[in-house]
Amino acid sequence: MSYSITEPGKGIKWVAGILVVCYALITIAPLLWIIATGFKSGPDSIAYPPKVVFEPTLEGYVNLFTDRTRATSDMLEAAGPPETWYEQIARDQGTVITGASRYGERFLNSIIIGFGSTALCMILGTAAAYAFSRFRVPLKDDLLFFILSTRMMPPIAVAIPIFLMFRNLGLNDTHLGMILLYTAVNLSLSVWLLKGFIDEIPVEYEEAALIDGYTRFQAFYKVVLPQAATGIASTAIFCLIFAWNEYAFAVLLTSGTAQTAPPFIPTIIGTSGKDWPAVAAGATIFLVPVMIFTILLRKHLLRGITFGAVRK
Amino acid sequence: MKTKHLTTAVLSSLIASSAATSALAEDLTLCWAAWDPANALVELSKNFEAESGHTMNFEFVPWTSFADRMLNELNSGGQLCDLMIGDSQWIGGGAENGHYVKLNDFFEANGIDMADFIPATVTGYAEWPKNTPNYYALPAFGDVVGWTYRKDWFERPELQEAFKAKYGRELGVPSSLEELKEIAQFFQGRDIDGTTVYGAAIYTERGSEGITMGVTNALYNYGFMYENPDKPYDLEGYVNSDGAVAALEFYKDLYDTATPPGSSNWYMGENIDAYKSGQVALQMNFAFIWPGVEADPNVGGGKSGYFPNPAGPAGQFAQLGGQGISVVAYSDKQDAALEYIQWFAQPEIQAKWWELGGYSALRAVVEDPGFAQSQPYAQTFLDSMAIVKDFWAEPAYADLLLAMQERVHNYVVAGDGTAKEALDGLVRDWTEVFEDEGKI
Amino acid sequence: MTDTSIDKLARATPKTVARRIKGLSDRGIAWLFVAPTIFLLLAVNIFPLIWTIRLSFTDFRVNRPNRDVEWVGLRNYERILTDPDIWATMQATAHFLFWTIVFQVLIGFFLAFLINKKFKGNDLWTTIIVFPMMLSPAVVGNFWTFLYQPQIGLFNYVVAFFTGVDPASFSMIGSVNLAPWAIVIADTWMWSPFVMLICLAGLRSIPDSIYEAAECDRASKWRQFWTITVPMVLPFLMLAVLFRGIENFKMFDLVVQLTGGGPGNTTTLTSIDLKREAFERWRTGYSSAYAVILFVTVFGLASIYVKALNKVKER
Repeated sequence: MSYSITEPGKGIKWVAGILVVCYALITIAPLLWIIATGFKSGPDSIAYPPKVVFEPTLEGYVNLFTDRTRATSDMLEAAGPPETWYEQIARDQGTVITGASRYGERFLNSIIIGFGSTALCMILGTAAAYAFSRFRVPLKDDLLFFILSTRMMPPIAVAIPIFLMFRNLGLNDTHLGMILLYTAVNLSLSVWLLKGFIDEIPVEYEEAALIDGYTRFQAFYKVVLPQAATGIASTAIFCLIFAWNEYAFAVLLTSGTAQTAPPFIPTIIGTSGKDWPAVAAGATIFLVPVMIFTILLRKHLLRGITFGAVRK
Repeated sequence: MKTKHLTTAVLSSLIASSAATSALAEDLTLCWAAWDPANALVELSKNFEAESGHTMNFEFVPWTSFADRMLNELNSGGQLCDLMIGDSQWIGGGAENGHYVKLNDFFEANGIDMADFIPATVTGYAEWPKNTPNYYALPAFGDVVGWTYRKDWFERPELQEAFKAKYGRELGVPSSLEELKEIAQFFQGRDIDGTTVYGAAIYTERGSEGITMGVTNALYNYGFMYENPDKPYDLEGYVNSDGAVAALEFYKDLYDTATPPGSSNWYMGENIDAYKSGQVALQMNFAFIWPGVEADPNVGGGKSGYFPNPAGPAGQFAQLGGQGISVVAYSDKQDAALEYIQWFAQPEIQAKWWELGGYSALRAVVEDPGFAQSQPYAQTFLDSMAIVKDFWAEPAYADLLLAMQERVHNYVVAGDGTAKEALDGLVRDWTEVFEDEGKI
Repeated sequence: MTDTSIDKLARATPKTVARRIKGLSDRGIAWLFVAPTIFLLLAVNIFPLIWTIRLSFTDFRVNRPNRDVEWVGLRNYERILTDPDIWATMQATAHFLFWTIVFQVLIGFFLAFLINKKFKGNDLWTTIIVFPMMLSPAVVGNFWTFLYQPQIGLFNYVVAFFTGVDPASFSMIGSVNLAPWAIVIADTWMWSPFVMLICLAGLRSIPDSIYEAAECDRASKWRQFWTITVPMVLPFLMLAVLFRGIENFKMFDLVVQLTGGGPGNTTTLTSIDLKREAFERWRTGYSSAYAVILFVTVFGLASIYVKALNKVKER
């Protein structure tokens, strides 16, 4: 076994490991608390002092997906015995289910707007990135800086004219409006990232294809795109995460029809007061996709969050 | 070619049939805040759907964004809502800007008489200008700020003795705001069954209307007035009168000495949480929460009592809440919307409404001999509805509210300046708004 | 959307160019590929920006559509720059920016340094540490209000457990003195991993040979740290500071959910104040001027900083 002076000693490794694990446990605690709250009953969620040990229940999840009203005795009589397990849970709280809640709709909106804007962004972004990478585009550096700088503006500041513009165009509170907006906001990130990925693909591949009689477009389509697939996939996930988590534009520009989940989750209320278990359940369901993506993205994380400025 | 004809025929018959049905059965949308009574209204409306054949849709917006969202909808002439259960203070704007349909003719034609409703709700929810017989809404949900207290704690002998030793009177429902403060201070930090409890949960919220809806309960009772009763929009000396200053100082003192730590941004929901989890002995809240308190496993079933906002040196008033139901002028289904109001005004529907937890404003319901005994809080509701006052209902109400929220919150919660400075500032802000509006 | 913009472009460009687009020459492809992006950015970013600048010289109010709009010149700017309340929000923003960056740099760098010791399982723990920054700030902010509740939240009890103070004796978001720190803590929790990742990349970019040479020179570990590690990581760290600076200057969602700007105005950051002026008071002209001032500030500060960053890189 060769001894390397730059390889840290065993003791140092242990100390470092323990410190990092401690930090990780502290940092994950609030998240675990959110997830745990989703499985508490209403009174347990606001127990004073807080409860660490509790009897788990699906109340929060049932409340998240249903609208309920407090039951009067003749309503209960009229409704008869509960037929499903979730009705039973609602009855145990002294309520009857009146219908499905808005959460499903809002979640679906997040999916439509998130995936829609990501798809559009990938199409436009890949094309633009390819052009910037391979051709002499006039004023290239200025254009690239311009694209990046659009991300520096506070969303609230640009929201005023966008609000006015959308209102005149009838795009307020529509899926299309939000897709276009998120696409524009994400384009800067995706062009920068994708340009980096495409720069890494040797030009020789395309040149060979062109010599073989491919047109430029075929070369792009059949040679470059497959090579850039990993880069495109990870860029897409970054765009999706942004659109998924975005709040400021969503809260100002959407309401009834196109509202996404982030502005909706904090406003979930129960039959009286805030229904914390339902809020926590909503947050948990909403967080799961992002956590999965984080795990998938591990390798590309750094590049994505720094606009491609740092590569590991 | 043939197929093309066929499709056209099918299409046109489809269009025709859908047009025919839509003339009979409309798809109505009712807009209101997202809260417990709204869920009860959904249940109640099933009866309307069955009777009329119309379909009811509901758009419920959380309280904190209700005004923002709905006023925006009305101001932009949106067609989302056919029926609007708008907050009482919107009535001025709704009437003057033509958002709401004037209902006088409709009431007359259908025998709906405003004299059948609690007078305060008619003035508060339906009339514009106030105290004139011009109606833009039907009182839909009576609501008022009142107090909930832990009767089970108040009845404990050891606490009663300790209270008497300290204040020389019995521990019970306070007869004045000053007494209320003493009771809250008595409970503040007290150990009950092994946990530390606090005095009162009061409104302090900054973002929407919270602290204004709370502090006015003190202001009114110490002599604050919105304007010179003889000269409209004359504010100086009324908004910032000595009584008003004393009231604001009272509210700050209550906040500083008798509320749970961290209650700096609390409104309806947070107060309910604090009360239900056993943190506080008293809570200020709108009456709509009382059915929920009664049904709660921890504090319901006789453990809680209710009382109207106690008197102050200048009288006894309580902040009005609640809403009237209006027909939105931009709706193209106004006839069906009016049908809904007609259905809703029927005494038997109103009685059912009360039973489901909706505070009916119909006198036939609340003056029924059995009403006061029907629920433990029914009498308190009646007493409170008799002493209500409301915030400005001017078209510029949103601007007036924002100014008050900021001035009062910054003094009470953040301790900026003095009460006098806060109210002087409020006079300046409000004067500016009225000047902007061309009222002065 | 894409199609029409291309059509427009085709119509707007000279005929020779148009012919090339159809033939998909290199130049044609370049145009075809870049144009939709530029068009969308112009429509959603630049056009509104110009509109904002125009509005900033008027007294327009969105909720008074029927009122005459007047040109007021620089009055909006004058009012903003002389308003003590706005300076107070600038101070709150500066406090937030400064301390989040200090804490995140310290924690982030330290964590990266530890993780770079390559102990067993460091990959797994790094991923766990990174979770918070991938979440929705609004949802996170909303939940931190719950965690910060002195009576029913987790935070005070954890602090009480470690320090022995009474959990109810302090209130993170209720107290004027603690609220500015409450938002710093939540943001630091969320974003320290970001600085950590960048520092980690910096640390890993240092070739082993440099340390080996230093070791031969008998330089102490401590000296190696200050003469090799820190200077080599510095450009990365500065980049992290730039990104965090820009992000936190724009901060809205996390704080608005967490404190709503209160108590009083203690956590009213500029974005929150701007939202109130623009979307609650509907003072559109005034808030447009406010927005322009924010643009200029963020661009100005960022470009000065980028110059400094480039100097460090050149060294």
